Amino acid sequence: MMRFLLLFSRQGKLRLQKWFTALSDRDKKKIIRDVIQMVLVRPPKSCNFLQWRDLKIVYRRYASLYFCCGLEQGDNELLTLELLHRYVELLDQYFGNVCELDIIFNFEKAYFILDEFVISGEVQETSKASVAKSMEEADSLQETMEEYRNKPTY
Amino acid sequence: MAEVALYYEAYGYIYYCAAKDTVMSPSVRLQEMIRVIRSARTQGEERGIIQRECADIRAQFRQGDNGERSHSLAKLLYVHMLGYPAHFGQMECVRLIASPRYSEKRIGYLGAMMLLDEKQDASLLITNSIKNDLSHSSQYVQSLALCTLACMGSAEMCRDLAPEIERLLRASNSYIKKKATLCAVHIIRKVPELAELFTPSARTLLSEKNHGVLHGAVVLITELCVRNPDTLDRFRKAVPELVQIMKGLVTSSYSPEHNVAGISDPFLQVRILRLLRILGHNNDTASDAMNDLLAQVATNTDSSKTAGSAVLYETVLTIMDINSESGLRVLAVNILGRFLLNNDRNIRYISMTSLQKIVQTDHNAVQRHRGTIVDCLKDQDTSVKRRALELSLALVSAVNVRSMMKELLIFLSVCPPELRSQTASGIFNAAERYSPSKRWHIDTILHVLTKAGGDVRDETVPNLIQLITTASELHCYTVHKLYRALVKDIAQQSLVQVACWCIGEYGDLLLKGECEEIEPVQVTEDDVLDALETVLQSHMSSPATRGFALTATMKLSTRITDNVDRIRSIVSIYGSCIDLELQQRAVEYNALFKKYDHMRAAVLERMPVMDKNSPGHTNGETPGEIKEPDTSKPKPVEAGLLSEPASQVCDLLDLLGGTDTPLQPSPAPTSTPTTTSSADLLDLLGGLELTPVPTVSVYEKNGLSLKIQCDKQTETEVVINLIASNSTQTDITNFTLQAAVPKSVQLQMKAPSGTVIPAHGLGQVTQTVLLNNPNKVSLKMRIRVSYSNQGAMHQDTVQIDSFPSTACQPSISPL
Repeated sequence: MMRFLLLFSRQGKLRLQKWFTALSDRDKKKIIRDVIQMVLVRPPKSCNFLQWRDLKIVYRRYASLYFCCGLEQGDNELLTLELLHRYVELLDQYFGNVCELDIIFNFEKAYFILDEFVISGEVQETSKASVAKSMEEADSLQETMEEYRNKPTY
Repeated sequence: MAEVALYYEAYGYIYYCAAKDTVMSPSVRLQEMIRVIRSARTQGEERGIIQRECADIRAQFRQGDNGERSHSLAKLLYVHMLGYPAHFGQMECVRLIASPRYSEKRIGYLGAMMLLDEKQDASLLITNSIKNDLSHSSQYVQSLALCTLACMGSAEMCRDLAPEIERLLRASNSYIKKKATLCAVHIIRKVPELAELFTPSARTLLSEKNHGVLHGAVVLITELCVRNPDTLDRFRKAVPELVQIMKGLVTSSYSPEHNVAGISDPFLQVRILRLLRILGHNNDTASDAMNDLLAQVATNTDSSKTAGSAVLYETVLTIMDINSESGLRVLAVNILGRFLLNNDRNIRYISMTSLQKIVQTDHNAVQRHRGTIVDCLKDQDTSVKRRALELSLALVSAVNVRSMMKELLIFLSVCPPELRSQTASGIFNAAERYSPSKRWHIDTILHVLTKAGGDVRDETVPNLIQLITTASELHCYTVHKLYRALVKDIAQQSLVQVACWCIGEYGDLLLKGECEEIEPVQVTEDDVLDALETVLQSHMSSPATRGFALTATMKLSTRITDNVDRIRSIVSIYGSCIDLELQQRAVEYNALFKKYDHMRAAVLERMPVMDKNSPGHTNGETPGEIKEPDTSKPKPVEAGLLSEPASQVCDLLDLLGGTDTPLQPSPAPTSTPTTTSSADLLDLLGGLELTPVPTVSVYEKNGLSLKIQCDKQTETEVVINLIASNSTQTDITNFTLQAAVPKSVQLQMKAPSGTVIPAHGLGQVTQTVLLNNPNKVSLKMRIRVSYSNQGAMHQDTVQIDSFPSTACQPSISPL
């Protein structure tokens, strides 16, 4: 299973953090610091896999954002690269030509999309179209409720 | 959806955002806040803005339900992501989750996942909401509840809600089923006993057509099998079904929904392969059932893109881990070999990781790819280099040791610094196991020391010295080579130390000049002494190295003929050296020249061959060898004191066995008066059971005196007896002692013998303290005494600064 998923910028600013195990705040902060430091010093053409403590770190840079996750020993690193790519595709489909600013200003939606794609550190839906459809329907549900609230009572 | 165009200015460029954001139209306010925070120029400014916003948010929360709460919480979550405290939002999450509105639930659950974890008490409060939402009419609300439970559900919450999840596993639509399955996985990870609950449904889920549910089912079954061998046995019957599903995926026609780069649902394929691996491990029937499938996947999968490579990778891992036929195994190793030649660095990396796993079991198969692996040592990437190094070291064998070693030595000269010590130790290990000849072995070690002397472990020097002594036919060759290396460069301490030792021992061979295996070079006595003196005087030499050099110089006094006076003068100069160790040695050698000249030849003669692991040696060194002066090791012994007394002196200082040598007249020259006398003192407390343990007074005030007795029980345990006595006219009452020790030391105080100390020294109170010092830190203790005497309360503290672990002689500083 994936232990955590982090998105951070080239300056080391965290844009998204998803933890799939229970950790104290202090531990989380330390992991974030260590992993960001480790990944940012890697030269551009290097291997996307690292060994860190007892975890495998898989990361990939998309434009100005690093997508990085920590895996257990039994997990398939190449598949995780595909997973990260799938997540980026989902974001891209949702926001239309997604860029880092989209994720900054709409971070809650990035989380919602992630929660439709991954649960408990494992992939829950392997069909891209399915995830996109669920997001759309959930969003529309939200709108309906907003509308409902704004309608005058009769 | 109304289209609203919003323009944002961020860092000087225009950002155009289209309307889906009306979903949370007060996100305008969220986004406004984000914009303001980002425009802060300094950390201080940002903090100010955040403080204001948080005050606003807190006010919002207090106001109660007004439709704005979800926006405030969203803002708070952003602030939390920046690293600021957000715990005051926890209760708000609980409230929002209980709200009937979807938008509020959605943000409330997100808040719960980010702010609440199982350690917070507030997390229990949402259990009821989750339970209700799990049966909500809207599947999206159910989904929120499932997702949150799977993210932060504590063991208690999981126990409460497991039956609900199990129900959803069986009877719901595929959207909910897939989430419930993974939620079940989380529950099992938290509460393994609940695995039984989910086992029956897991089996039936395999017949689902929906890929999401199927994927979840495979993950669930994997989790169940990994935790329980009985469940594993039961699920073995599912192997044919899994093989069918897999076959369907591999041979199916193009399905756009799940296709990734030509592979049909690689996520599902990889998980099935992983489950098959677990089911087929150590089981012939299961392995047979999947043989054909694995062969098919291995040959037909297109690995030009990552997705295909991922599937192939998992297939290879599965083949290697089950009882597959040899043909299949060869196929797998060949795939890995192909991966090694791939342009993609990632693929090279994982192929080496996999080869590392099988190098022990399928050694020959991996050997075939040795050439490519060794080439990977030259890769630019450090991760790849590291893997290649580990694999290369594993592949060294008696047959290929010469060529491999050549490559590894080249690698050592160019490798990145973080890999150097691993390479050096790997080379040493390999050389020790497979060296074709002693000379080759010595050459290799010398080569490593020249290139990477700073990165080798401390035992290398004594190991090498020991090796050299055993290769008696090579002494001449060795000393010549070392001399030349020494003359060239004295920066590598380990090399210099070995060189000095050899020159000292075999100086006569060096001076003789001829040596069959190396071109003869005339070396004069002056040359040799010059070299040693350079080492002695150089600022690059460590104190240990200078010790070696001085002793070597001394040894030469019996091996050369003309320049003994020069040696005498060198030795006497160092008699006033600042370095205590050198000074001591020089003084002793001087004495050897003066008073004991008749013994000098015998004392300094050639050492016998040492064997490793002879009894009673510490730190990998044998008795009689020079112990490198090191503050952490026991005091070193004269190299010359080879005979019986020497080993006894050595043992004395070991303090593990030393007995009555100090009482016997020792035949060893008493040129070591300082060492022996301190050894006596040290030994008194370390070795002899009969010698009474001394009592030391640590506190004397107002008639109360406190004495301490140490008994060293084992390496890490010390027993201390505190004895209090009273010389005043009146009794001391309410006498109590408290003790404090450094953090890593464990203290156990036994009950005191009493709390009243009779007057006039007529009686004593004793108390025993047990100390356990596993980390062997320097022991300190602070003792507080409190007592009443003549109606007045007294309290005082004593600090005991050091208990040398051997002597237990405390040094005291009363506070």
